[in-house]
Amino acid sequence: MRQWRLHPLAMVVPVIAATLAGRLLPTWTLSLATVAASNALVALGIVVLARTGNVSFGQGLFFAAGGYGVALVANAWGVTDAAVQMLIGAACGGLLGLLIGPLIARYSGIFFGMLTLALSMVFYGALMKSSALGGSDGFNVGRPTLLGIVFVDPREADFMLYGVSVITTGLAGIAAATLFRSEFGLVSLAVRENNLRVEYLGLSANRIIAANFAIAAAFAGASGAFALMAQRHIDPQFAYWTTSGEFVFIAVLAGYQSVMAVYVASLALELVRSFSNLYLPNTWQLVLGLFLLAVILFLPRGIGSLWAGRVGRRVAAEPVADDGGAP
Amino acid sequence: MNLFLTIVLDGLIEASWLFVVALGLTLVFGVLKILNIAHGSFYALGAYVAATVVTLSAAHHLPPVAGFVAMLLTVAFIAGAVGVLLERGVLKMFYGRDEVILLLVTYAVFLILEDVTKLIWGVNPIYATQPYELFGNVAFAGLYYVGYDLMLIPAAAAIGFAVWFGLNRTILGKIVLAVIHNEEISLSMGVRVNRVYAAAFGFGVLLAATAGALTAPKISMQPGLSSDVIILSFAIVVIGGLGSVEGAAVGAILVGLARATAVHLMPQAELFVIYLIMAAVLMIRPEGLFKRDTARRI
Repeated sequence: MRQWRLHPLAMVVPVIAATLAGRLLPTWTLSLATVAASNALVALGIVVLARTGNVSFGQGLFFAAGGYGVALVANAWGVTDAAVQMLIGAACGGLLGLLIGPLIARYSGIFFGMLTLALSMVFYGALMKSSALGGSDGFNVGRPTLLGIVFVDPREADFMLYGVSVITTGLAGIAAATLFRSEFGLVSLAVRENNLRVEYLGLSANRIIAANFAIAAAFAGASGAFALMAQRHIDPQFAYWTTSGEFVFIAVLAGYQSVMAVYVASLALELVRSFSNLYLPNTWQLVLGLFLLAVILFLPRGIGSLWAGRVGRRVAAEPVADDGGAP
Repeated sequence: MNLFLTIVLDGLIEASWLFVVALGLTLVFGVLKILNIAHGSFYALGAYVAATVVTLSAAHHLPPVAGFVAMLLTVAFIAGAVGVLLERGVLKMFYGRDEVILLLVTYAVFLILEDVTKLIWGVNPIYATQPYELFGNVAFAGLYYVGYDLMLIPAAAAIGFAVWFGLNRTILGKIVLAVIHNEEISLSMGVRVNRVYAAAFGFGVLLAATAGALTAPKISMQPGLSSDVIILSFAIVVIGGLGSVEGAAVGAILVGLARATAVHLMPQAELFVIYLIMAAVLMIRPEGLFKRDTARRI
C-alpha cells in the first residue's frame, strides 16, 4: 500500500511551482486562484472531519469567526501583515472549534450537520443585529502588507495574497496528508466505521471527533482571513448557510480520498462559476447545480477517485450504512 | 395583557404557515429519509405561481374569491406534478447513497430551482395582494387583525388534522406508515414502495407550495425567499423531531411564538432566538422533542 503513494512532503514541489506560476497568470486568474485556494482550505477541513463520518454544514461559523476576528484586530491595533492575519484567523476559528467541538462530538449523522448549521445561523443572526460590527452591511479593512512591505501596485498585492494563500493551503494539505497516514488519522477512519468498537478498544471517539473538529475549524478560520484580505470587506454573509453549503459542495466534489482533489475541485468550482458568470450571467447557480448532480451521479467518490484508484477504495470504501443512533 | 394577546396571535399566525411547510419537510424525511434543502424552493414556487394566477384573474376582472380558489388549485396541480417528476426523474437515481449525499443532491436541486424561478419571474419583487382583503378586518378583544391572517390558523389546523387523520386512520396512511417504519418488509408484503415514495414526495412539495400560495398575498416574492424559509422549517422539524407530525406542530408553534415575542420585545434578537431554541433542543434532546424509538445496531 505504501509504495503506491508519494510521501506527503513531495507536495512541496507543486506548491512552489504553483506559487511561481502566479507570476505568469493574468490578473483575473490570480484572484480566482486565490479564492479557490482559500475555499479549498475550508473544504480540506471538512474532509478531515468527514473521515470521522461527520459532515459539518456550519463551517461558515468558523470562516466568519476568523474573518471578523482578523478584521477587528486589524482595525483596533493596525495589524496588516498577511501572514499574521492568517494566523489570527486560524487561532480565532481554532479556539472556537475547541470550545464547540466537545459539545458537538456527541452527535452523529444528520444531527451533527443540523447542529453545526444551527450554530452558524445563531452566529449569523447575532452578526446581522450587532450594530458595533456594522450589522448586515459589515465593514471594511485596509490592504494587507507582508513583512513590513506595503504593496502599492495592485498587481503585486494580488500576487502577494495569492502566494500567501497558496503556500498556506499547500502547507495545510501536507499537514493533512501526514495526519491521514498517522495513527490518529487511521483511528479517525475507524470512528467513522464504528465508533462503539473504537470505544471498546479504549479510545474516546468523542475526543477524536473533537480534535478533528478543531483542526477543521482552524482551517476555516484561516480561510476566513484570506477571504477578508481578498475582499477587504466583511459582512454576515460569511456565516450564512449557503456559504457553508458551498464548502461542503467542494468537499463532496473532491471526495474523501485525496488531498490534491480538494484543490482541483475548488479550482473547478471557481472556473465553472466565473465562466458561467461570464456567459450565462443569470443562470450560474443552475449550471453549478447540474454540475454537482453530474459529479455525484458519475463520480460517486468524487474527483479524487479519478486517480486515487484502488488504495483509496480500500481505506474509504462505501459509506457506512449504520451511523449510530441516527434514525 | 394586550401585548401578551398580540404576541400569542402573531405567533400563531406565523406558526400556521410555517407548520404547513414543516409538515411537508417532515413527511418527506419520514418516508424517503431525505432532508430536503430544496423544500424552501417549492414554497417559493407555490408563492410565485399563486402571484401569477392572482394577477391574471384580477386582470380578467374575476371576483377575488374565484382568483383565490383558482390560485390554490393551480398551485396544487403544478406542485404535485413538479414533485412527482423530480422524484422519479432525479432523486430516484441517488437512492441507497449516504444521507449526506442525498442532502447535497437536494442542495443541487435548490440551486437549480433558484435560477429557474429567477428566469421565469425575474428578480424584481412581485405582489399578489388581492386575496388579502377577502376576509375583511376583524376586531378581536380590542385588537384589529386582517381577517386573512386569522383565517390561516384554522386553515393550517385543518391541513394538520387531515394529514394526521389520513396517516393514522386510513388504509393508504397505514401503508405509508409501514414504509416509514421499514421499507424492506413493506416491499416484501407487496407494497409498491416506489409509488409511495413518489406520492409522498409529491405531497410534501404540495404542502410547501400550498403554504407558499397561502402566504403569497401577505408577502413580496423575491429571490432569497426560499433560503430563508428552508432555514426556518429546518429549525422547526429539528426541534420537533425529524419525521414527526406532532413534532412539526409543536416546533412551528414554538418558533412562531418565539419569533413574535422577539419581534415585540427584543427586535434585534429575532433571527437569533429561533436557532438558539434549536441549538438548545438539540443539546438536551438531540433527536427532537418527539423522537421515534429506533433500534441501534452495534
